[in-house]
Amino acid sequence: MRISVTINGTSFSDEVEPRTLLSDFIRHQAGLTGTHVGCEHGACGACTIQLDGQPVRSCLMLAVQASGRSLRTVEDLAGPNGRLSALQQAFTDHHALQCGFCTAGFLMSADALLRDRAGTHLTEAEVRRELAGNLCRCTGYEGIVAAVLSVADPPLAAE
Amino acid sequence: MKPAPFRYAAPDSLAAALDLLAGGNARPLAGGQSLIPMLNLRLVRPGLLVDLNPLEELAGIELREDGALCIGAMTRQAHLLASAVAAAGWPLLCQALSNVGHAATRNRGTVGGSAAHADPAAQLPVALTALDARFHVRSIAGERMLPAADFFRGRGVAGLAPGDLLVAVEVPPTPRGTAAAFVEHAKTHGGFPTAGVAVLHAPARHSAIALLGAGPAPVRATAAEHALSGGASVDEVASLAAAVVGDDHRRAVIGALARRALEGVTT
Repeated sequence: MRISVTINGTSFSDEVEPRTLLSDFIRHQAGLTGTHVGCEHGACGACTIQLDGQPVRSCLMLAVQASGRSLRTVEDLAGPNGRLSALQQAFTDHHALQCGFCTAGFLMSADALLRDRAGTHLTEAEVRRELAGNLCRCTGYEGIVAAVLSVADPPLAAE
Repeated sequence: MKPAPFRYAAPDSLAAALDLLAGGNARPLAGGQSLIPMLNLRLVRPGLLVDLNPLEELAGIELREDGALCIGAMTRQAHLLASAVAAAGWPLLCQALSNVGHAATRNRGTVGGSAAHADPAAQLPVALTALDARFHVRSIAGERMLPAADFFRGRGVAGLAPGDLLVAVEVPPTPRGTAAAFVEHAKTHGGFPTAGVAVLHAPARHSAIALLGAGPAPVRATAAEHALSGGASVDEVASLAAAVVGDDHRRAVIGALARRALEGVTT
């Protein structure tokens, strides 16, 4: 079956089998290997992307289901010339990654969270709860939560 | 970790979907947050997947004139969770949904899919059982309506025959002033809970208690409900609710959760 999607603002079209997972389509056919595949059954969140702006697990969709939709992957976060987004820079500054396998998923979840909650006060507890669907097996979560809170707008209120 | 081959169809009408499902060895694909993992793990190998996602007629939340909330089977969990109508009249649904998975799974996962999957650790079936929801099932033979007790039959077993499709869940209104509480115990937020308790209570008018983790399907704790209606103490009602659980550990957890839920609706 031939499908056409928009990935990071660019049209892309290719043949897929019905059973091709969206995560494999993004990595193997579109060549965007920033999206990582961990558990492949929806438990780890590493493959999280944004579908029409909403975070979804790309291993839990068939590629054919994305036809006509707009996808955003981690490659779209940095600006031209590879300049990191504020969230990405915060991950670096707060040591929010070690091996980096889970990072793309965390970034795509956190990017949507920060956008959806812009203008409201995010608490540490909320960030932990909202990112509970992404697993990190090396740093723990302290640096990740600190990174997200550091770029929350408005900033975290002193308690 | 990849699905076995299957044929795929994305019908453009409910009638066409029902025709395809009647053909045998076919499975409907709703949000895919349970079915696709099962496909990836090759726990299921349908010959044909009938994708319901294009069927807008199955998605939506409607407040009917008789006061019931009619939730289309393909309504996303995130949509119901954000619904002001549901929050105002059926807060138990929103309380239960806030514990279901994560934003990324609720954006795809559907109300009908969660019900039809009938996972014994799922929160929505327990809330729908407490709410006396009714399940509208269609096939090429026609439509029928099942009460929750007939719909949730066992571990992964819903009251659906081959060719049947859950098309909507109807939730009757609760009496004015009904308080609701859903509490659960899960190792991590968004994970599958080991136990949970849903309580609805309007003093002297209505009491409902449904348990998660007490059996292969949601369980109504009827003796506890009668005690709650009769004005029994939180401890008495919680003990009666826990008494229906066979396993020692789960009985202890459900007793503690029931106390917490009851304190939430009686104070």
